[in-house]
Amino acid sequence: MPVVDYAGQSIEVNEEGFLVDSSQWTPEVAEAIARDIGIDALSDQHWKVITFCREDAANQGTPPGLRRISKNSGVNMKELYQLFPKGPGKLAAMVSGLPKPQGCI
Amino acid sequence: MKNLVILGAGTAGTTVGNMLRKKLPSDWSLKIIDPDTDHLFQPDLIFIPFEMQTPEKTIRPRKGTLGKGIEWIQRPVQRVDADKNQVILDGDERVPYDLLVIATGSHIRPEETPGLLGDEWQKSIFDFYTLEGSVALRDALKKFEGGRVVVNTVEMPIKCPVAPLEITFLAESFFTEKGIRDNVELTYVTPLDGAFTKPIAAKALGGILDDRGIKVEAEYNASEVDVDRKVLRSYDEREIPFDMLITIPTHMGAGFIEESGLGDDLAFIPTDRHSLIADNHDNIFVLGDATDLPTSKAGSVAHFQAEVVVDNVLHLIQGESPKAVFDGHANCFIESGYGRAMLIDFNYEQEPLPGVYPLPTVGPFPLLKESKFNHWGKLMFRHVYWHALLPGHPIPVPNHMSMVGKKRPAKLTADAELAS
Repeated sequence: MPVVDYAGQSIEVNEEGFLVDSSQWTPEVAEAIARDIGIDALSDQHWKVITFCREDAANQGTPPGLRRISKNSGVNMKELYQLFPKGPGKLAAMVSGLPKPQGCI
Repeated sequence: MKNLVILGAGTAGTTVGNMLRKKLPSDWSLKIIDPDTDHLFQPDLIFIPFEMQTPEKTIRPRKGTLGKGIEWIQRPVQRVDADKNQVILDGDERVPYDLLVIATGSHIRPEETPGLLGDEWQKSIFDFYTLEGSVALRDALKKFEGGRVVVNTVEMPIKCPVAPLEITFLAESFFTEKGIRDNVELTYVTPLDGAFTKPIAAKALGGILDDRGIKVEAEYNASEVDVDRKVLRSYDEREIPFDMLITIPTHMGAGFIEESGLGDDLAFIPTDRHSLIADNHDNIFVLGDATDLPTSKAGSVAHFQAEVVVDNVLHLIQGESPKAVFDGHANCFIESGYGRAMLIDFNYEQEPLPGVYPLPTVGPFPLLKESKFNHWGKLMFRHVYWHALLPGHPIPVPNHMSMVGKKRPAKLTADAELAS
């Protein structure tokens, strides 16, 4: 799998750019992933989402769905689409260093 | 006398009840609370729309499914008072428990999406997760001559996560056999980033929708239905027009779970993934679709979990720690149309792999591959369900997922070795 340089660290990602090992994530890594997907700077609102996603995934074992994020992070659905255009569920997971939301197959 | 109370007599609750009735010590009573008269065999709901099964054959009187020694209380639950260890029924009648097993499943909530329950509900918008919905879809398909058919999963998680794919494959096969396939535009619309999201399954099966001329609209989070224009709309304002919308609405846990403050924002109950004890209450077990666990909401899961819950209930009664462990094991047949089906077998850690199941080499069921054998297996399972699984008899498949018979594709094995 590809290894990329994020914030001076060598980080292994899968073909789609998701971190292979979530424990390699740092806030600086999040900033670097965000830049890679076209988000120039992470705002406080982005960080509300990222913090919720990481805490929730640590409890649940899976990244949260969009409804769960919009109900619990303090950022509503409309704003989620503004913060993470073209797919907030997947992109929020990616910036948070989590696997992408998956089905069973 | 001590009391063990089970809430819900679906697959999970009935199986646990029937297994426990012979094993509980004589100073324990066993009650099941469920208001419904009949037991519904849910896997057949995908066959009814295509007249591959009749509604009458999917239900049996609940009375005959609960063995001797189980007291069935046919009433709806209002609330659980977990601090007082009481289940509260209508009229404030209280049923005390020493141990509680919650198995009240997952239910569709079309009212969560504006427009679904409007004037077009069961006219051009259908669910197939209820008997009524499945029958209404059957009646509409009988008259359907062509147009845009859209299959949409509103959001995850849902019960039987492969059912949206199955209904799509079966519909495609149905339209072809009816001779109207050329008049139908069939679109599979999912909030995930594709019809197949696991790498090995995506590689093995990725082309199947394209081969059958089924369009895929991915990363689509439906926000509402514009009923007048018959258009499905997403939060990022993509519009999908339809003549027939087959919706898989938002799923939630039972209503009383919200009232009791036991669930998360979808009323699924936070549960220990291995012991199946509720996170916040050490005398409450949760299994089947009612949990928040990261495995499929599926009958096979309910069955594997039932064995774990029974073992752990008996451990607790004997004053021991709960030793039995659930590993996330699920296996599911996936109907793929034209008399064939696929099969997947997986757990918390291991994604579905190719190979054969349950025995090495001889199978007879191929994994991650279409076969008539698998379709036959799915139909045969009806008999196993009523006569072995539900009565709590042993079934000759391992409780924990086994790697025997499975094969990891060569390239991915090499990647895994490099990574380790």
